[in-house]
Formats: sequence, C-alpha cells, structure tokens
Amino acid sequence: MAGNVWIVAESWKGSISDATYEALALGRELADGLGVRLEAVLLGHGARAAAASLGRADGVLYVDHPALADGVGEETSRALAALAAARGPGLILVPTTNVSWDLLGLLPARLEAPLVNFCREAVVSGGGVEFTSLLYGGKMAATVGAGAGPVVVAVLPGVRPAEAGKGGAAPAVEEVVADFVVGGGVRWLEYEEPEAGDVDITQQDFLVAVGRGISNEANVEVAEELAAALGGAVCGSRPVIDQGWLPLVRQVGKSGATVKPRFYVAAGISGAPEHTEGMKDAELIVAVNMDPSAPIFSVAHYGIVEDATDVLEALAEAVRKRKG
Amino acid sequence: MKILVLMKMVPDIVEELEVASDGRSLDQEYLRFIVNERDEYALEQALLLKDGLGATVTVVAPDAPEVDDVLYTARAKGADRLIKVTGLPAGSGARATAAALAVTLPAIEGALPADLVLSGCQAIDDLDGFVAPLLAGALGVPYLGLVSRVSVDAAAGKAQVMKEFAGGVMGRFEVSLPALLGIQGCEKPPRYVPVAKVRAAIGAGGIEAVEASAGTAVAPVEVAALAKPEAAGHAEMLEGSAQDVAEKVADILAARGLL
Ligand SMILES: Cc1cc2nc3c(=O)[nH]c(=O)nc-3n(C[C@H](O)[C@H](O)[C@H](O)COP(=O)(O)OP(=O)(O)OC[C@H]3O[C@@H](n4cnc5c(N)ncnc54)[C@H](O)[C@@H]3O)c2cc1C
Ligand SMILES: Nc1ncnc2c1ncn2[C@@H]1O[C@H](COP(=O)(O)O)[C@@H](O)[C@H]1O
Repeated sequence: MAGNVWIVAESWKGSISDATYEALALGRELADGLGVRLEAVLLGHGARAAAASLGRADGVLYVDHPALADGVGEETSRALAALAAARGPGLILVPTTNVSWDLLGLLPARLEAPLVNFCREAVVSGGGVEFTSLLYGGKMAATVGAGAGPVVVAVLPGVRPAEAGKGGAAPAVEEVVADFVVGGGVRWLEYEEPEAGDVDITQQDFLVAVGRGISNEANVEVAEELAAALGGAVCGSRPVIDQGWLPLVRQVGKSGATVKPRFYVAAGISGAPEHTEGMKDAELIVAVNMDPSAPIFSVAHYGIVEDATDVLEALAEAVRKRKG
Repeated sequence: MKILVLMKMVPDIVEELEVASDGRSLDQEYLRFIVNERDEYALEQALLLKDGLGATVTVVAPDAPEVDDVLYTARAKGADRLIKVTGLPAGSGARATAAALAVTLPAIEGALPADLVLSGCQAIDDLDGFVAPLLAGALGVPYLGLVSRVSVDAAAGKAQVMKEFAGGVMGRFEVSLPALLGIQGCEKPPRYVPVAKVRAAIGAGGIEAVEASAGTAVAPVEVAALAKPEAAGHAEMLEGSAQDVAEKVADILAARGLL
C-alpha cells in the first residue's frame, strides 16, 4: 500500500483525547509494518502547541485556520480532504468519538474514498492491511480488506492502550496550508455543561449500571438499593437515559462518561462497543444478562445468566448482611 | 415546513445471530427485523416540530420485512406521507444506499426539497460508511450528526440544534436550512400509539412504493469473513440461584477488601 499513514488528532476543549493516542498506537504499528511514515494531522486555530504530545508520530502536519477553531465537521472535513488530495496518504485513521463524528462521516464523501467503519483491529498482511470491524452491536466481527488508498478508517476507542500512543520527543511540526472553501452552513455557538448537583459517576468506587434488560423504571429503585448498600451510585446505558429513567450525566459510554470504578455491575446491558468503551477498564466487572452470548461477557470478569433485577435484589441483601 | 424522515430496518440483535453458509453475511433465515432505534427518535423529532410549528412529515424507508408496520405506525403517530423504496437490496452497503437515495429521492414528486431531512445515526450494520453524511454531501446540504434537540426558525431559514458530546456536555449549533441532521435522541422518548390507531392506519393503506434507481458509488469494502468475535477474554460464569450467585459475588468483593 503506497502512501503514509495519517492519524487525525482530535483536540477538544484544548486537550488531545485518549482516543487519539489509542489510534496513534495502532497507526505506529501499521506504519512500521508497511514501511511508511506515520503522520499526525492536527486541525485548529492557534492550536499548534497541542502537537507536542504527538511524539509517537514521525511528524505532525498542522493546519491553522479560523474556520477550524471549533472543530465543525463541515469545515474540518473540507480541510482534511483538500490536504489528503494534495498529499496522497494511504490510510487515514480517525478516532470514532462524538468529537470526530461529523468529520468521519463527511470525509469519505468529500474524498470519494472507502471507509472501514467500527475498526477494532488492523494488521499488515501481504503488503496490505486487514481490518476487523465489530458489527451488530458487537455481536459479529467482519474481516475486511480495502483497495489502494486513501482509505478512511473509523477506529474504535480502546483499540490500543492510550499509554502506548504517548511519549516520544516532541515531533517535527510542519505547518501546511489546506486549500478549502469555508462555509458549510453549520456554526458552533457554545457548549452547555451538565447541571451540577447530581453525583459524579466518574468519582465513584462502586457503580451499579442498569440497561434495557431491567425492563422498567421501577427496577431502577432496586439498583439504587444495591448502590446504597455498597456506598456507590447508579448509572446506565443509553436506552435507560433515553427513557428518562436516569439523567444524562449518569450515562456511561461514548456519549456518556468513561468510568474506572473498583467494582462495576452491568445489569441487563448487552455490551455494545459504545457502552463498553466507557467501562471496560473498571477493576472488577460483574455482568448479569439473560443472554449467554451477550458481548458484555467478553469484557466482564464474572458473568451471571439470570434475571437482572433478581440478582441486584439478592446482591443488595447479601451486601447488607455482610456489612452487618 | 417540510420534513423528510429516513428510517430503515436492521436485524434485531436481541436474537441469536448466525453466519450464512457463504461465511460473509448473516443467515437470513432466523433474522427478525426491527426499525433502527435511532430512527424512531428522528421520527419523534419530526413530529415534535410538526406539533409545534406545523409541518408535513414524509417518511421514507427501504423495503424490508415488517417495514409496512413501521410505516403505518409512523402514520398513526402523525406522519403525512409514507414512501417505501423498493429494489434496494437489504444489506447493500451504506455507500450504495446513499448513492441510490441521492438519485431516487429527488425524483419523488414533492419529496424534495425539504427544509429538514432527519435520519438516525449509525445503524449497527453500516460497515462502509455513514449514510446520512454521504447523502447530505450528494444533496449539497449541510450535515450535523448526534443531534438530540432541534428548534427551527423558519423565517430565518435556520435551526438551532444541540449535539451530544461526552459526559453530559452538549454543543449548541446553528444550521442553515435546508439541512440533513442525524438524530441521536429527543427531549422525550418516542410517543406511544395505541394498536387500534395502527390498525386503522393499516386499514386506510396509502404506502407509496417507489423503485430505487442505482447511483454511482465508490467500490465498497469487501467483507472477507463474518464470524462471532474472538474475545480477548471471557467472564468466569457463576451459577446457581440469584441468592447463590449473590453470595458468590459478595465473597469475591470481600476477598478483594471491597466490603
Ligand atoms: C454514536 C452513538 C453513541 C452511543 N453512545 C452510547 C453511550 O454513551 N452509552 C451507551 O450505553 N450506549 C450508547 N450507544 C448505544 C449503544 O450502541 C447500544 O444501543 C446501547 O448501549 C444498548 O444498551 P443496552 O445494553 O441497555 O440495551 P440492549 O442492547 O437492548 O440490551 C439489553 C440486554 O438486556 C438483556 N436482558 C433482557 N432481559 C433481561 C433480564 N430480565 N435480565 C437480564 N438481562 C436481560 C438482553 O439479553 C440484552 O443483552 C450509542 C450509540 C451510538 C450510535
Ligand atoms: N436504505 C435506507 N433508506 C432510508 N434511510 C436509510 C437507509 N439507510 C440508512 N438510512 C438512514 O440513515 C441512518 C444511518 O445513518 P448513518 O449512521 O449516518 O449511516 C439510518 O438511521 C436511517 O435513518
């Protein structure tokens, strides 16, 4: 595969995301295997300083433009497409996060390039790259190949440890001009922070997480009892938040929080990648699910095939008994 | 105001999924199809705008098992026009789908231009692309995804939308209309509709079937193999009654000094 490997560095509210370092670690492997350069691409305005932490790349291409200040996908995708057309990278790795979402969706259209979505593994094989993508909520894995570049790759968070993408001396930064037309009809106005006052689930040692499998709102109460017995808090997967059973700040996963408690019990949660990326690093994970093939059992340390509410109730009782 | 809502059917992943004998696709025999969950929110968002400002809501969905029920349910909830696109093979990639919709939709009388096209976000089978931004590019309208609130200022030709970031942070954006928005959530869960109303909608009929024209798309990525994922690890399973397993978990917690 000709062309360098690019990794699109994601800077949000002034810092480079962990998902960037994770993808950078994968990019390092691929560039080494293919014998090409690994270049990080940073788009922004007055954001050059952020390039210093991208030392695992061989170099950084930095595009500075006022239209790129707010990370609006309509603009970043135009700039990146123009740059890619001029430089001809072989692979463009983009972290799959809410920050890069629009860029990721629009870039393949602008470049008329193929996209490999949901990529959770990529290896060099026979001069090309073989990708593994997680489909159907993590229940199936597809092995895919893609032709000559550029190929855009949507890299799932957690593909490598973030630590593996950090370190190295500050890389050489090349400031480049991307020739793109500004004005895609989308304007960022402001961020709205969640209302303070609710518990911060990222600060809890014990989390009782509930998913659609708890069936109804009344069962959130059962989870609350277990959380109270443990001295922790209740959190949930997306459908539980969508239903209004828990507030948005209690959501774990891609659009929610990333949590690392000492104990995480996942009750009635299937284990879609968008959920597991937010909790897979918890110290001890126990999953309760009626479906023995639920993907959550591949990230949990202990698994129970049972009704979620029954187990939460029994566990609350057992914990209370032990604590006296 | 005119709103077009895109809905599609996806395999229900609560069911067991099996690989077909070609080793590259899902075995269709036991597949059950449900509407892509996010698309229900796209429809709800359209209906909320209709309730507030007045709008005609057209729902477009590719032909697939159970799609008629989905369309009639949309009608019972308040959609004005139902269009079923035939000849888009189920499971054709996102690229081919977006390319086909880009030529098919403008050819449907009165469907486009719409002030807003609302889709869901990221169907679970979108291996080779995101349909919504691809389509937006082809239609020449702006795209913003992961949107969970929409308010429209029709006179100004603009919408203000909230997009979800992480950790409960929302971004407020202004989008010029017409636009295509990928909907992730709503201020309310999708409305409930009584079965009797759905039956009445089925009785009244009125789904328009439109044959898709093929668009031109870049070559799709090739699936070499489909399989259940090889997990890096697997949980140690605890067995017994709810009480038994609860005691076992309590033992594990105690052994780690967590109780
Ligand atoms: C861009 C994007 C961002 C997203 N962000 C997030 C996010 O931040 N967080 C998040 O969680 N999701 C997120 N999602 C959604 C995610 O893809 C999944 O749809 C979601 O995590 C599924 O939630 P769930 O496991 O509760 O529900 P389901 O997938 O419906 O699973 C329910 C589970 O409950 C089990 N069950 C049923 N009955 C019982 C019972 N009685 N006892 C025990 N188990 C039972 C079932 O076997 C099933 O496994 C996002 C999706 C997208 C596209
Ligand atoms: N064949 C189709 N017909 C109508 N809408 C579709 C079709 N395929 C995808 N969509 C829409 O595109 C969304 C997926 O968006 P995306 O994640 O951007 O690919 C779905 O939720 C639908 O709203």
